[in-house]
Amino acid sequence: MTVVKEIGSRGRTAARAARPAFDGRRARFIALCLLPGVVFVIAFTYYPMIRGGVIAFQRYNLFDLTATPFVGLENFRAVLTDDQFWTALGNTGIWVVASLTGQLVLGFGLALLLRRHFRGRGLYQAWVFFPWAMSGFLIGLLWRWMFNGEFGVVNDLLIKAGLVDEPIGFLSSPGWAMTSIIVANIWYGVTFFAIMIIAALQSVPQELYEAADVDGASRIRQFVHVTLPAIRTTLVLIVLLRVIWILNFPDLIYSMTGGGPAGSTHIATTYLIEQVQNGDYGKAGAVGIFVLGLLLSFSVFYLNATRFEKARD
Amino acid sequence: MRHPTPLIARIAKAVVLGVWLLITVFPLYWILVTSLKPTAEIFAVPLRYLPGSATLEHYRELFSFSSFGGYLRNSLIVSLVSGAVVTAIGVLGGYVLARFHFPGRGALMLAYLVTQMIPLFIALGPLYLMMSDLGLLNQMSGLMLVYVAMLVPFSTIIMRGFYERVPVALEEAAMVDGCSRLTAMLRVVVPVMLPGIAATFIFGFVQCWNELFLAIAFIDSEETKTIPVAMNSFITQYDIDWGPMAAATVVSILPTLVLFSFARRYIVEGLTSGAVKG
Repeated sequence: MTVVKEIGSRGRTAARAARPAFDGRRARFIALCLLPGVVFVIAFTYYPMIRGGVIAFQRYNLFDLTATPFVGLENFRAVLTDDQFWTALGNTGIWVVASLTGQLVLGFGLALLLRRHFRGRGLYQAWVFFPWAMSGFLIGLLWRWMFNGEFGVVNDLLIKAGLVDEPIGFLSSPGWAMTSIIVANIWYGVTFFAIMIIAALQSVPQELYEAADVDGASRIRQFVHVTLPAIRTTLVLIVLLRVIWILNFPDLIYSMTGGGPAGSTHIATTYLIEQVQNGDYGKAGAVGIFVLGLLLSFSVFYLNATRFEKARD
Repeated sequence: MRHPTPLIARIAKAVVLGVWLLITVFPLYWILVTSLKPTAEIFAVPLRYLPGSATLEHYRELFSFSSFGGYLRNSLIVSLVSGAVVTAIGVLGGYVLARFHFPGRGALMLAYLVTQMIPLFIALGPLYLMMSDLGLLNQMSGLMLVYVAMLVPFSTIIMRGFYERVPVALEEAAMVDGCSRLTAMLRVVVPVMLPGIAATFIFGFVQCWNELFLAIAFIDSEETKTIPVAMNSFITQYDIDWGPMAAATVVSILPTLVLFSFARRYIVEGLTSGAVKG
């Protein structure tokens, strides 16, 4: 122990003493280590994003690139007058709120059940966390097969349980399709919440509960007055991240319904991808900027709202 | 002293956990069973929950009548290379961000964090144009470049988190003993962090393995298709041949299943140490 400490402090003094002489070298080291990453991110993330923003103001169709004039807000007008876009926007709201609520509630529940160690917990977590390692595309396929109208296992189980008489066209009827993709998304996302909340729960000092026990607080009161405040910051953050992430998660919808039937399951991002696939980069850029604006205003609003509450506490 | 949990509560807990396990595992089981059923049985009502006669015909079909073996190889190459490059970049960048304060450090962190928030789809069209200009369409190298860029922020931020848990004294001691900053980092610090490095690599690998939209946009040739692109082309508007599709799903899940079971603990640790990305 003492040896390590000694070496540590000696090392620190040595480094501090040496710093002025090594300044140039130090700067070079920092620059060299950061350069590869920065170059990649600028070239293949920031540059194309900015170009995408510029294209939003151009007439830019992949199949006719002879002229790409600037057209002002033309693309935005095209988007805003497209009924499909408004459907997609409404769906985005439903998709985000319903998925988030389901994932949060179930994930929180799972985390509470898994909070304390029991025999086989590691193995259990390994199985339960697994969906998270799969792609949204594959999960979409999995559920597309299970929700199949004729040979789907979900229908079979519902009929066996006597809950329905006729197979339901889960993905072929507009009324059911949105519900079905949300169910699949909740199934997928519970894990993420569970992981993050377990980690947060484990960082809550045990003494807080002991003190609450001494005061005779019930489990429910402990949850409300000890657990929730203690992990509040984590919750605020992961909910925000999750909103952003669910909004940017077209993979599952893409493979489950492709936005159909009749556009009834499009969200803003699948709509955007459809524009890209149609070659209309201008319109796609406009949708992109719209989504970005939506996300930014939500984030600002949300962070303000949550900080406001904190101040009131 | 906490009160011991009453028996009834423990049973209730076990039941709930059991049901959730069933809900999680059943879809995986169902696709596996489907992949093993003869075609006639897949499309037979009433459904059979155990395959009446297991067959590997769909796997055979996948590998002998489509070039799935080739797609598998392409996916492996793309994911291994991108994962390795992105991890190396993260090892370097994360170190600097964890150990030095320099002007622009905050701005860089912010710039990296922002990329995790902004949907990449905004850049989809322009990226296609770039790939086209650079002659990188239908090239695995083009895909790898974009994948690396996509993952750099995450790998750097997560590696930074891992470095922060390693005491500075370790490399300072090595430097006092005459190591340069770089050798101290590579020979003393990096070995301590191998689990974190492995987790970063595996995370990168899995992300590339799973990526769909960039791959669909850039790759359209038989020679360079990755698995998601190939599977996407199995989907026609009204029909999916579910036997081979189920087999393809099982095959493409396997590598992530194996890797994930190795690295689960470290990935969870890394994720919860302050890095961001669902």
